[in-house]
Amino acid sequence: MKPDDMDSEPSNLISEQDRDSAEYRRQSAERLLKAWETPRGWRYWSAVNNSEVGLWYTVASFCFFLFGGVLALLMRIQLAVPGNTFLTADQYNQIFTMHGSVMMFLFAVPIFEAFSIMVLPEMLGARDLPFPRLSAYGFYSFVIGGIFVCGSLFFDAAPKGGWFMYPPLTTSYQPGIGADIWLLGLTFIEIASIAAAIELIVGVLKCRPPGMRINLIPLYCWYILVVAGMILFAFPPLIAGDILLEMERAFDWPFFDPQRGGDPLLWQHLFWIFGHPEVYIVFLPSVALMAMMVPTFARTPMVGYSWVVLSAVGTGFLSFGLWVHHMFTTGLPGISIGIFSAASQAVAIPTGVQLFCFLATFTAGNVKRSVCLHFIFAGLATFIIGGLTGVMVAVAPFDFQAHDTFFIVGHLHYVLIGGTIFPIMAGFYYFFPLVKGKQLSERIGRIVFWLVLIGFNITFFPMHITGLLGMPRRVFTYPADIGFDTLNLISSLGSIILAAGFVLFLYDVVRPRRNQPLSERNPWKAGTLEWLAQMPDQPWGVRTIPIINSRYPLWEQPDFVRDVDEGRFYLPDAVEGRRETLVTTVIDAEPIQCLRVGGPTFLTFFAALFTGGFFIFATYHWWLAAILSGLIAIVVILTWVWTGTAEIPEKEMKDVGLGLSLPLYISGPSAVGWWAMFITMTADITAFVSLIFGYFFYWTIHDDFPPQPLPGPGVFWPVTGLVLVMIAYGLTLLSRRWNRAGYTSAFYLSLSLAAVFSLAGGCALLAGPWLTGLDPTQHVYPAIVWVLTGWTVLHVILGIIMQLYCLARRAAGKMTDRWDADIVNVSLYWHFLALTVVMTVGVIAGFPSVS
Amino acid sequence: MEQEQHHSEKYHERHERIWFMFLPPFVWALHLLACYLTAAIWCAKYSGSANSFTTVRIAIGIYTLLAIAVIGYSGWSGFRRHRHLAADLSHNDDTPLDRYRFLGMATFLLAALSTVATLFVATVALFFGNCD
Repeated sequence: MKPDDMDSEPSNLISEQDRDSAEYRRQSAERLLKAWETPRGWRYWSAVNNSEVGLWYTVASFCFFLFGGVLALLMRIQLAVPGNTFLTADQYNQIFTMHGSVMMFLFAVPIFEAFSIMVLPEMLGARDLPFPRLSAYGFYSFVIGGIFVCGSLFFDAAPKGGWFMYPPLTTSYQPGIGADIWLLGLTFIEIASIAAAIELIVGVLKCRPPGMRINLIPLYCWYILVVAGMILFAFPPLIAGDILLEMERAFDWPFFDPQRGGDPLLWQHLFWIFGHPEVYIVFLPSVALMAMMVPTFARTPMVGYSWVVLSAVGTGFLSFGLWVHHMFTTGLPGISIGIFSAASQAVAIPTGVQLFCFLATFTAGNVKRSVCLHFIFAGLATFIIGGLTGVMVAVAPFDFQAHDTFFIVGHLHYVLIGGTIFPIMAGFYYFFPLVKGKQLSERIGRIVFWLVLIGFNITFFPMHITGLLGMPRRVFTYPADIGFDTLNLISSLGSIILAAGFVLFLYDVVRPRRNQPLSERNPWKAGTLEWLAQMPDQPWGVRTIPIINSRYPLWEQPDFVRDVDEGRFYLPDAVEGRRETLVTTVIDAEPIQCLRVGGPTFLTFFAALFTGGFFIFATYHWWLAAILSGLIAIVVILTWVWTGTAEIPEKEMKDVGLGLSLPLYISGPSAVGWWAMFITMTADITAFVSLIFGYFFYWTIHDDFPPQPLPGPGVFWPVTGLVLVMIAYGLTLLSRRWNRAGYTSAFYLSLSLAAVFSLAGGCALLAGPWLTGLDPTQHVYPAIVWVLTGWTVLHVILGIIMQLYCLARRAAGKMTDRWDADIVNVSLYWHFLALTVVMTVGVIAGFPSVS
Repeated sequence: MEQEQHHSEKYHERHERIWFMFLPPFVWALHLLACYLTAAIWCAKYSGSANSFTTVRIAIGIYTLLAIAVIGYSGWSGFRRHRHLAADLSHNDDTPLDRYRFLGMATFLLAALSTVATLFVATVALFFGNCD
């Protein structure tokens, strides 16, 4: 049965199946509820369901937002009057660094992921995202890393190099552990962000309800897809930069030390290749929220759906071409500045297009007043002001004047608060009933709105003027009578009004609501699937997975809510007591699998704890403890994967309702696990390419790079390593084929040999720089060769672990010739590994001979 | 009904190449990188010779022609898909044809944006005659 044939009248078609009796409906709902039940008592924290994890994640990132806000207030108190001694210079440095880092890494990016984990399945009419345990792992990593980084402030040990940690300030002048806490703590959190991005991409692509073709998906999902994709390409360069900077701090490898061939500008490149897309990673999800709310309040579908998609995708791409505009004052050639200035102007086009679509929708519709809408309008207006000052600073000569002044502080807060915080506030009011079953107060909301809007403008508008008058950023005080006094005082008073608004908002969120009646269902009369939720919501995500034939099914599909409530679509039951959801095809959302997802477990918590231990102990250079913790993390993760993935089902096919039977297990490019591996490795290879970029960056700035005569690593050992690893690669692919063909002994033999060849290949790769005596502390050339080799060998080791894992799975009967997802995914990993090895050897052994 | 079945086969998703939609902005990115790297490497390695910058300008001109050719081709084919077999030009319905036409429209719009952005970047070479 194809979904196309179903959408006219689903209720007629299933009536023959005896599913119409009230008794059956009650029993199936009970079974479903039992399967999705949230654990109670202390076991509550083992929950992995998206509604729980998403909620914890949202609350945690909002707490970090409040923490960052308090830091901002401390800064405003310090700057209220000239020559203030409220904070010392050192405390001020720590506080502004933490304010920026917390707001960016612990609030702005995570809140989008948190919120998406919470509502995305509901928007897609799915039971859960495909990897609930991965979300839980990401959440615990985030909390542990966040508390570690923030906690440093209370021990006077916080990072103080600014949120962008520029060397040589952070390498030569800050010997404490602050910068290490930043580098390692935030790298840990970035890994969690990438985990969430994988979850969200696979969720949008593979877990849509049948019929939701790619031209019908909610606009929110388009934005999620774009933003999660951006995370995959933006965060890895920063991780690469973190590795280089931490290697310099911990082991004196001179990547950024000009005296030994390094260059601090490389850090700026790597940081801003991350940092500028980051702005859009933060901004686009808020536009996504608006794209959901605007049609609801205008009571009409979004005008120009394809144009909004264009904006989302176009902004996503263009935002990667802007990074150099943060480096206009570093002495780059005029033409480089010009190229990036032009690209910076161009990004205004798609950004503008979506705002026009929103305005057109309001004009076309019949607008309903609400606090959400207040925040949306305020957000649009504020963001446009920030966007226009952005176009000003994209003009290089103006930027030369305004760089590093309070003008930039004013500009970026208009962009981030207007573009991000206001829509998020609107989102809080809009989605609160979905989470708590009750609404926030409109009356308090209006007061909150005016306090926040007025406070915000009083705080940040004067900063433009203070900046143009010449007040620099990141300086803890200023002398009296040079024209900064009054403006700063006004800003500080404004910040108190702004803070009062947030305090009132916080009160509204946490106040007891025992006597408040439950919200009506779909209180805003929205048209998208998440508003199928009952008040209060049930843990099952959706009663039954519907068939969609419109962008606003609640508006346009007759009897839709009734049919869902009565379980008339797919998977209305959980006969085997398992958590199940549908997997569909990427473009047309044809159902292809009934996916069983993992239930509650503490494994994810321990996995995060020990992964965190690795990073935290490494900060203090307690290497033994760090390595031990890392090894335990690997064991826990392997246990999790062993017990929770690629489970062999008790039957091939399952009846999912409406006469459709779907396989319970698939492997290869249709499977969610394959996609997750593919996306993970895309991010991984991006980080690796960033390291390669470093190598060639040094080549451009030096006349003798690679140095002559070449100190190492020679050609023999790298090429031997390459050959050995390629043999291992071939054997791994053969073992996949032989496993599927049922040649069991051939499978064992080839995969065991592959592991041996991998090991030998890894050793040969290391032998290159080792035997030629390359000393990474001498000069940047040996250092970058060692980093590339080390990265590659680490991946070879992971490849060996995976080969051994597949051997063990097969021996334990958990993988067979029919159920072969493990070896298929491992082969996919090996494609990327082979590419990595080819590139490494090509660069370290090939490039010196051609250059 | 027969026609619908014919459509669902003809426009089946297995014939769809979704990456084609992302080709124009990808070409824009390649163009930007090529221009930037050429200029940066040239200025780092050969900025000494006075007249040599013409080479960079010619290179940027060639990159731009190539980029616009590819973007233009994708945009044109996207536009043709968008106009394909349609009485009205909306693509809000749950049919393979609407999805086919929607992806055409998206490709076309992205191509238009990429053209503008590519020309923006290329214009820089008209204004800059040296590395300073």
